[in-house]
Amino acid sequence: MSQLTFARAINAGLRKALDNDPKVVLMGEDIGKLGGVFRVTDGLQKDFGTHRVVDTPLAESGIIGTAVGLAYRGYRPVCEIQFDGFIYPAFDQIVSQVAKMHYRTQGTVKMPITIRVPFGGGIGSPEHHSESPEAYFTHTSGLRVVSVSNPQDAYTMIQQAIASDDPVLYFEPKRRYHDKGEVDEALALDRALPMGSARVAAGGSDVTLVAYGPLVKTALDAALAAADEGVSIEVIDLRSLAPVDYPTVEASVRKTGRLVITHEAAQSGGLGAEIAASITERCFNYLEAAPVRVTGFDVPYPYSKLEMHHLPDLDRILDGVDRALGRPNSLSGLEG
Amino acid sequence: MLTDEAGRGANQATEPANNVQNPRRTGGDLVQLLSPSGERISHPEFDLWISDVSDEQLCSFYEDMVVIRRIDAEATALQRQGELALWPPLLGQEATQIGSGRALRSDDFVFPTYRDNGVAYCRGVPVPDLVRAWRGNALFGWDPYRYNIATQQIMIGSQSLHATGYAMGIQDDGADSVAVAFFGDGATSEGDVNEAMVFAASFQAPVVFICQNNHWAISEPVLLQSHVQLADRASGFGIPSMRVDGNDVLAVLSATRIALDRARKGGGPTFIEALTYRMGPHTTADDPTRYRDPNELEDWAAKDPIARLRALLDRKGLLSDELEARVKARADAVAAELRNGCINMPEPAPLDVFKHVYSEENSWIERQKDHYTRYLESFSGSAQEGAH
Repeated sequence: MSQLTFARAINAGLRKALDNDPKVVLMGEDIGKLGGVFRVTDGLQKDFGTHRVVDTPLAESGIIGTAVGLAYRGYRPVCEIQFDGFIYPAFDQIVSQVAKMHYRTQGTVKMPITIRVPFGGGIGSPEHHSESPEAYFTHTSGLRVVSVSNPQDAYTMIQQAIASDDPVLYFEPKRRYHDKGEVDEALALDRALPMGSARVAAGGSDVTLVAYGPLVKTALDAALAAADEGVSIEVIDLRSLAPVDYPTVEASVRKTGRLVITHEAAQSGGLGAEIAASITERCFNYLEAAPVRVTGFDVPYPYSKLEMHHLPDLDRILDGVDRALGRPNSLSGLEG
Repeated sequence: MLTDEAGRGANQATEPANNVQNPRRTGGDLVQLLSPSGERISHPEFDLWISDVSDEQLCSFYEDMVVIRRIDAEATALQRQGELALWPPLLGQEATQIGSGRALRSDDFVFPTYRDNGVAYCRGVPVPDLVRAWRGNALFGWDPYRYNIATQQIMIGSQSLHATGYAMGIQDDGADSVAVAFFGDGATSEGDVNEAMVFAASFQAPVVFICQNNHWAISEPVLLQSHVQLADRASGFGIPSMRVDGNDVLAVLSATRIALDRARKGGGPTFIEALTYRMGPHTTADDPTRYRDPNELEDWAAKDPIARLRALLDRKGLLSDELEARVKARADAVAAELRNGCINMPEPAPLDVFKHVYSEENSWIERQKDHYTRYLESFSGSAQEGAH
């Protein structure tokens, strides 16, 4: 066991993948000498060379498009998109090529591409640096989408993503990069929790609170605070956003009868809507109340002095929990 | 004030559509080794790369071009007869596709467009596979690794990046094969083609960009895409380029060999503009009479790639009855193979819709497949009776 920051944990996972498989190639903007703007790839180019850790021209479609060609050739590219908001120039290559190639070729051509995306807000950035674009990708079949919430998962899941023969969008909560946690670097991938599985991060009996990425920590804090008031929250760290591990969420909801989903991304058409609908379909008879979403607003990501209003925090999550429990809350008295 | 020669908006409507103006010339001459009348034109450099081409090979290029024109005609007929939903004819571009396709080594890897059926034929793809997607029986026709030719890209220009990435992989493997991207004149306006040239130049990747300038991107003339010759764009990326007569199989063969050789020896990428003409519609759903002047078609018909090679063979005394009969027999056989393969293609099963979305099992897909299976089963036997 070692104490690692989130960023160092991903770095250690990347290093292990580079060590284990000569076909793993890292590519992205400023990932070489600089080690990435968040230093996630720090030191890797020095140790593995410029052909394994490639500083690319500033062209996101170019990064993903050439990764497709490398995958065609048998490589396992790991692409860094510098910031969430910079992924859109690559959207066409991701959606039309990466996601569809396996289906298009009836399984002949595999796309074992991992796309790392620092995402989410909370760091006072200018525009285009705080977005949560995950729903665009969970809506795209052919992709797997994950988001990690702690250094241990960051370490193991980056390796699982790289080892997967399917393309994986790997969303890293940038505001947690400096959080430290215990990481078991000896944990074998086949003994770790599979990448597609959700995890019960804190047991509870009154409400199921589903979160992922940056908001798992906030959700755990909310659960602690609620415990003081005698409310028992079960926190589920979703980990895999596509596909969602519904059996784990279902088991929890069957127990608690109440569901709150939280994410930073905008509400409409978001993952919360999908989870609310799916859980309602799957275990309607167990629900004591309508599922509740606590999310970012349906607004462009705001300027940084307003972001604390946009981002769900502990109090807004607890307000949502109160709604799910039918306790007095900010919307009490409103219909629907 | 705009000085746009292509004419934008209202200006465009007032311009006669009868003349495809060539974009402004800034660079090298058009290389032609075979005149429209079949005269062999010597060239100090390009001749060196085809000095080994035997009479027998000339005859085989002739056969190739006749065969792919026949494939094109047969597929167009199949579309008209309702056997295919759509077909993108390559009529007029035979020399570009055979000249480049026959220059390749088997371990080179091609990233083609939907119109590059002649190139696919050169790679050994069975002809019924060329229509598999257009019949709706698959999204794509063959195993790319079996013939070293990727899926025929429908998104314009995307494959240029795939070729460049593949070439970076070749480089990392220390191999001397080459990745070849085919695209058209319209694609040169796409960001991906430009990004591909940036990456290819930066990494000196062993990739050849073959731009078939057939003068039309559906209804848009090439001048709308570029105000300089397409080949001249490459110099802005630091990529050497050539501009060849795309209706001249020898010029295309020679240029492709020059580019491949440079790539194999570590000399990086090359851009080839092959000047040709799309004699047919964009696809069988298109109507070029709405935007093209018939005179233009006539001009290009006089530069036909097959007629000119045939004229060369005639000049050289190679055009025997026996050759004509052999070529016709081959074209007939290939057309029959295409037709039979198309009509007898096995139909997909309903549940194939769920196949190969992922390489690993996926719970979302499995659940939907399970539910749809139950749904389909509800129409059979007692379930159906129960519903009455």
